[in-house]
Amino acid sequence: MLGLDTFGDVTHDKDDRPLSHAQTIRDIVEQGVLADQVGLDFFGIGEHHTDDFPLSAADVVLGAIAARTSRIRLGSAVTVLSSDDPVRVFQRYSTLNAISGGRAEVILGRGSSIDSFPLFGYDLADYEELFEEKVGLFAGLLKGGPVTWHGNTRASLVDQDVVPHTESGPFPAWIGVGGSPQSVIRAANYGYSLMLAIIGGSPARFAPFSQLFQRALKQFGKAPLPVGVHSPGHVAATDEQAREEFWPRYQEVIRRVSRTRGFAVPTKESFEYEIGPRGALYVGSPETVARKIAANLTALGATRFDLKYAMGGLSHEALMSNIELYGTVVAPRVRELLA
Amino acid sequence: MTTPDSLPRIAVLGAGHTGPVIARVALEAGYPVSIAASGDPDRIALITQVLAPGAEARWAADAVRDADIVVLAIPLHRFPAFDPDLVAGKLVVDTMNYWPPTDGVQELFEATSLGSSEVVARRLARSTVVKTLNHIGYHELDEGRRPAGSADRRALGVAGDDPAAVQTVAGVIERIGYDVVRLDSLAAGRLFEPGGAVFGASLTRGEFQQALGAAAA
Ligand SMILES: NC(=O)c1ccc[n+]([C@@H]2O[C@H](COP(=O)([O-])OP(=O)(O)OC[C@H]3O[C@@H](n4cnc5c(N)ncnc54)[C@H](OP(=O)(O)O)[C@@H]3O)[C@@H](O)[C@H]2O)c1
Repeated sequence: MLGLDTFGDVTHDKDDRPLSHAQTIRDIVEQGVLADQVGLDFFGIGEHHTDDFPLSAADVVLGAIAARTSRIRLGSAVTVLSSDDPVRVFQRYSTLNAISGGRAEVILGRGSSIDSFPLFGYDLADYEELFEEKVGLFAGLLKGGPVTWHGNTRASLVDQDVVPHTESGPFPAWIGVGGSPQSVIRAANYGYSLMLAIIGGSPARFAPFSQLFQRALKQFGKAPLPVGVHSPGHVAATDEQAREEFWPRYQEVIRRVSRTRGFAVPTKESFEYEIGPRGALYVGSPETVARKIAANLTALGATRFDLKYAMGGLSHEALMSNIELYGTVVAPRVRELLA
Repeated sequence: MTTPDSLPRIAVLGAGHTGPVIARVALEAGYPVSIAASGDPDRIALITQVLAPGAEARWAADAVRDADIVVLAIPLHRFPAFDPDLVAGKLVVDTMNYWPPTDGVQELFEATSLGSSEVVARRLARSTVVKTLNHIGYHELDEGRRPAGSADRRALGVAGDDPAAVQTVAGVIERIGYDVVRLDSLAAGRLFEPGGAVFGASLTRGEFQQALGAAAA
């Protein structure tokens, strides 16, 4: 399965001026529709709450895409469950599931989003407890039927019917993991699939996580569940074009992210490493990107790859061309390489 | 205790993102390693088996008792509840960072002009604290290793008030696969903190010293 996801980075016009949040959102609807037309399997939107990433209500945007598509699966990438109410998340995605005829998914996680915590009045130091409790409650909601739940992070539920009911059982739900082995165990424990968020360094170093997941499932007496990979990238006609389009945008975004995290700013050298065979970025021609995807899916025992496309400041046109190439050239080539 | 031909025993406290990676690279460098989280070792048995095969998952108190070096790889917001008696008399490697934008605000570390490891050292008054490994991402620790003498060998800073402890820890870092830049006080170790020139940067020894020099100037 090959999918796309976006954090809803604000796009720029042809004179490199930032477009409005509203236009960015309308463009994302078009991008989702194109992803369906070119035969991709999944389109996801990651919740963010900042001026650069104004996609705070991903499910609404996904609803709009659902109304104009018929095949592609639609989901969050990720939903910051810790600062949300699992009941509301279930209601929104179960509604999306209804609108789309059973095409909804959720990926739950921390994401890169720390902005939702102060916004909704949560303390980051409580992250672990919030996530643990809410992931448990959400797993209960997914099963369907009345829910009884007690915990510290929201009001108790007693025999509570939560609507809308799904038509045919739970929709797919994943936990996005960036490097926490406890999260891997937690996903296995509650029966979530595992989405590895690999955004820097060697993808191969995640192979033990994939192993840990399958072994934990076995220990919990559960059947094997899929493992997916989420990584950033950009596809253009040639390696050079992809690099030239992507690097200045990536540099700018990563410079800002680094500053908020206290990291020294990455260099061109580290970028070259990341787009090479041992790095985490998928930037290049369709052939370059397809080979890297196929190699890493195999190395990680994964069956799903979501390319995190868009990087603040790229144009809508560049993104549409990326999607077109990814769907029409990269995806068939990956399938061929894996066959 | 350590004899000249045996390597110091290392106890890693913390089995999250960072702990198992430190345990693994230490094991691969030949050290006997145990690992502990805050509770029952059974809960981290599978994590240890898969991510740091060869390390022994133990209760924290047991791991610490038998160790020469204790690596503190727990979230900083858990440190105020950490029992100083647990590591009394031990050499403690502090890998923790304080960065409110990503970790939230912590009173203990906020109401002071001291560096985070100095705060840690004051609370762990009966331990010897050395600061290192805080400024390299856990995801880089594996791949960043190089044999001694490699032109592109990355340097890590090791800072502490006790020269013998700094010496011991520097030995571990070098054996794991990094060059070392030593600083002779925890106060100087503030230069390794988030927001500083070497935090998250892959630098050779010369570059590292230069970056510190520029920051100190
Ligand atoms: N992220 C990086 O790249 C990086 C690099 C260098 C250093 N660091 C530092 O490493 C530290 C750990 O970060 P992390 O991301 O690995 O944390 P994490 O994934 O949240 O893992 C925390 C671990 O610490 C354990 N723990 C908490 N309190 C404990 C105690 N009193 N005794 C023993 N174990 C305890 C937890 O065990 P339970 O589950 O049993 O509570 C858990 O295994 C942080 O201070 C961070 O600044 C991080």
